[in-house]
Amino acid sequence: MSQMHTDVVIIGAGSIGTLTALYLVRQGLSVVLLDRGFAGGQSTGVSPGSLRLQGRNPTEMPLSMRAQEMWEAFEDDIGESVEFEQKGHLFLALTPAHLDKIDALMPIEAAHGNFCEKLSRDEVLSRWPCLTPENLGGMFNPRSAVVNSRMVAPAVARAASRAGALLFEQEEVLSVERKGETFLTRTDRDRRIESPIVVNAAGMWARPFANGFGEDAPMFSAGPIQMVTEPVPQFLDPVVHSVDGHIIFRQTLAGNIVVAGHPRVPVDDVARRSRVPPDKTLRNMRRLLNAAPGLLPQSIIRIWTGIEGYLPDMLPVLGPSATTPGLFHAFGWSGHGLQCAPAAAESLTQLIVGGASRIDLSPFAIARFTGAVRPDEQKLRDEFEDNVVRPRSGAAAS
Amino acid sequence: MKRVAIVGAGPAGIAAADLLVGRAGISVTLIDEGQQPGGQIFRQPHPGLATDMKRLLGAGHARLERFRALCSNVLPQLDYRPRTLVWNVFGGELMTLGERGVDSLSYDALLIATGATDRVLPVEGWTMPGVYTLGGAQILLKEQGCLIGRQVVFCGASPLLYLAALQYHRAGGAVAAVLDTTPIAAKVKAIPRLLALPGVLKDGLSYMAALRLAGVPIVGGVTLDAFVGEGRAAEVRYRAGGQAHAVACDAVAYGFGLRPEMQLAELADCALRYDSFRRQWYPDHDGDGRCGHGVYVAGDVAQMGGAEAAGHSGRLAALSILADFGLEAPASPEPDRAALARQLTFQDGLGHAFAWPAAHVAGLADEVMLCRCEGVSVGEVRRGLRSDGGPQEANRAKAATRCGMGRCQGRFCGSALAELVAAETGADGVARPLDRLRAQPPIKPLPISAVAGEPLA
Amino acid sequence: MDEGAQFHRVFPLTGADCDVWVDGRRLKARRGQSLLSLLLEHGGRVRTHERTGEPRAGFCLMGACQDCWVWLSPTQRGRACTTPVEPGMRCFTRSPEAEVLP
Repeated sequence: MSQMHTDVVIIGAGSIGTLTALYLVRQGLSVVLLDRGFAGGQSTGVSPGSLRLQGRNPTEMPLSMRAQEMWEAFEDDIGESVEFEQKGHLFLALTPAHLDKIDALMPIEAAHGNFCEKLSRDEVLSRWPCLTPENLGGMFNPRSAVVNSRMVAPAVARAASRAGALLFEQEEVLSVERKGETFLTRTDRDRRIESPIVVNAAGMWARPFANGFGEDAPMFSAGPIQMVTEPVPQFLDPVVHSVDGHIIFRQTLAGNIVVAGHPRVPVDDVARRSRVPPDKTLRNMRRLLNAAPGLLPQSIIRIWTGIEGYLPDMLPVLGPSATTPGLFHAFGWSGHGLQCAPAAAESLTQLIVGGASRIDLSPFAIARFTGAVRPDEQKLRDEFEDNVVRPRSGAAAS
Repeated sequence: MKRVAIVGAGPAGIAAADLLVGRAGISVTLIDEGQQPGGQIFRQPHPGLATDMKRLLGAGHARLERFRALCSNVLPQLDYRPRTLVWNVFGGELMTLGERGVDSLSYDALLIATGATDRVLPVEGWTMPGVYTLGGAQILLKEQGCLIGRQVVFCGASPLLYLAALQYHRAGGAVAAVLDTTPIAAKVKAIPRLLALPGVLKDGLSYMAALRLAGVPIVGGVTLDAFVGEGRAAEVRYRAGGQAHAVACDAVAYGFGLRPEMQLAELADCALRYDSFRRQWYPDHDGDGRCGHGVYVAGDVAQMGGAEAAGHSGRLAALSILADFGLEAPASPEPDRAALARQLTFQDGLGHAFAWPAAHVAGLADEVMLCRCEGVSVGEVRRGLRSDGGPQEANRAKAATRCGMGRCQGRFCGSALAELVAAETGADGVARPLDRLRAQPPIKPLPISAVAGEPLA
Repeated sequence: MDEGAQFHRVFPLTGADCDVWVDGRRLKARRGQSLLSLLLEHGGRVRTHERTGEPRAGFCLMGACQDCWVWLSPTQRGRACTTPVEPGMRCFTRSPEAEVLP
């Protein structure tokens, strides 16, 4: 058995966990970062890597806009490439309802200082001739970017390690208990770590750690439908995203087209298994062809999903525990955490080091789930469609 | 009515089908990627080709004739779907792409008899035109009536080395050399196990003798250094007895035994077992092909054994399926179990006589291509493995470097990647199994055109 | 047979003659022949690797390595080794890009 003392224990080495570790050690705190798998092995690594700014929940916009500034300096900051490319994000209208949605979004984006261009059908076609002539127009945000999501958490973990954080991969946290003023974290490698602060960034598996301190959030699991084509010559700059989110695709630096699109699919977070139902793969292939008919000759060479944690209002839990001083939560990103991650980690760091964050985190408080839960019915419908994925009641299985 | 789906029309799938067809209460569907049944081992000439199989196969021709006779009896009695890819399996349904486009097929029992493909290791120059797998060189001859070149070097570690070289010789090709990476001492050590099938051992020795008689240079215990040429293979460089050698050629056929084509088994949730002797993974089964939850395996995907073993394991899997359905067995499994055991003892002998040169990977230069699909070099992966905080596991190395992420899904770099990770992390592949790239659908590339013209909804 | 051919035919084709266009060049083929055999009985390469720029000419010859993908028409791709020639087939070993990705 090994005993350790540290300032902060972080459970989960995804994008939030690794970035929080990096920012905390830079503030002079000692950090132990634990993951039962590998850094970025769950939802961060399976994300399509799109850092989309438009069409986000307005509640999240302050985090998103700050995060974007941080992404723009990200590679210099961590000292290695994550294939960050700022090529913009196109909302593509395929139905009149999509156009109405764009009209409704334009003033919201403007109010948050997020410049977007409304494009006619012909403007869309002259910029991106590969897109369907059946399109009705679009909304382009030039500031949105992409990263290679597989590279993010490992790269940040390396930067955090260089700065002094201790990263233990393939080491599972078995329990976190309060002992007087400190926490005692036990792992399956027979490690006992005492720390005044614990950050719960365990993704879909964060719930038991909250439950252990008498609080809960009705998180449920799902995964994105993802696939990739063989490489093709570079022909497409932005992320193309039908307004309803049914089809989202982009070309990577390597030339492959990464394809996503709702609905999100049920996954098994207990057995930690996730598979895309084949009918959903075929449907997204049809949607891809509909949006970009020129991809007809290409083939799909890999299909995957992953396990993400969702909350019924499609907003994360981010901030201090409502019951236990020294405990902080950052989970339930509902399929869109990667873009916000730097600002979320920065906010947590400010909270831990200085007691307050510059961005108001109160909308993300875990306590919002103590009363009646107000689901975001529209988003749940848009993103889950016919898939019956409902918040489970009571505590999750650990 | 119980629905049995068999994937693969090689010797295992056909032997299983033979026991299952014509039984009350069972319907059998046989899905195969090939145009004709036979798998890789019993590849037959395409219609429209006058290949003299008798001349090519020699004594082996009788086996092909027996297989053909079995097929012509069995195939009319079942739902046979040739030229059909199984690209995924999900929730008790196979997803297929064939002449009818995309389709699905639900089953009560799934028999996976997907066989094996060549197990290769990178050698400098292996991506050059003119360099082919050993199995591929044979298939081209049997199915297309062509040689991979006029002056061919056969190299690696495989019993196929001698058989393929002899077939090329019989077909009128020039065999520049047979370069066997296993030392002669290992072959001697293998003899007791090889005596489990004295007739087959005698055949094998006769291939070597025939090649020697034809004046083909045969060198044992070599280390393959490079396939060299300007845009196509022109020379094989190797070391033997401490000396560097080169042999001129216009094509190379090489391989180091076989690897199971087990993606479908993995996606069907079969548990996997590690064979520390062969240093590779297989679907786990009970010896009679049962993997549990209605999934069965037979043939080389279940255990490397060759065509005869595949026939016995196909029959055993069929008997397991009948037993698990509560149907009467047409035969006792004991004779097939005993015959399979003899075949597998012999195969263990072949494993010693044609050893997987695990240490070869550790000695590869950084410049050598590791992943031929994605163009990832040994050095790129090695640097990652050696860096602080770098990936220390094959799937993480894949995520970081793209090695194994391409069209072939790691079929041809996966073995070498696993050995490289072991070499760099100090794992021996015995006490701790080698890593394994996890299977992902689709099992082979899925053309987007498969859904062309279908309505969106 | 071309001087630069990689494959060397030893058993005759008996299928009907047909014409196949490869990169706009007409080749005499016979039914029963795979597209890969046709390409390599007339030349030494099948395609250029999209990342490394190296010439490639297939590898496994049994539909597993996916190294011999070519365009079977301007809008369809496939493995040359598992594709039988068809009369009038228009095959491209390079992307007929202008037609495919405007």
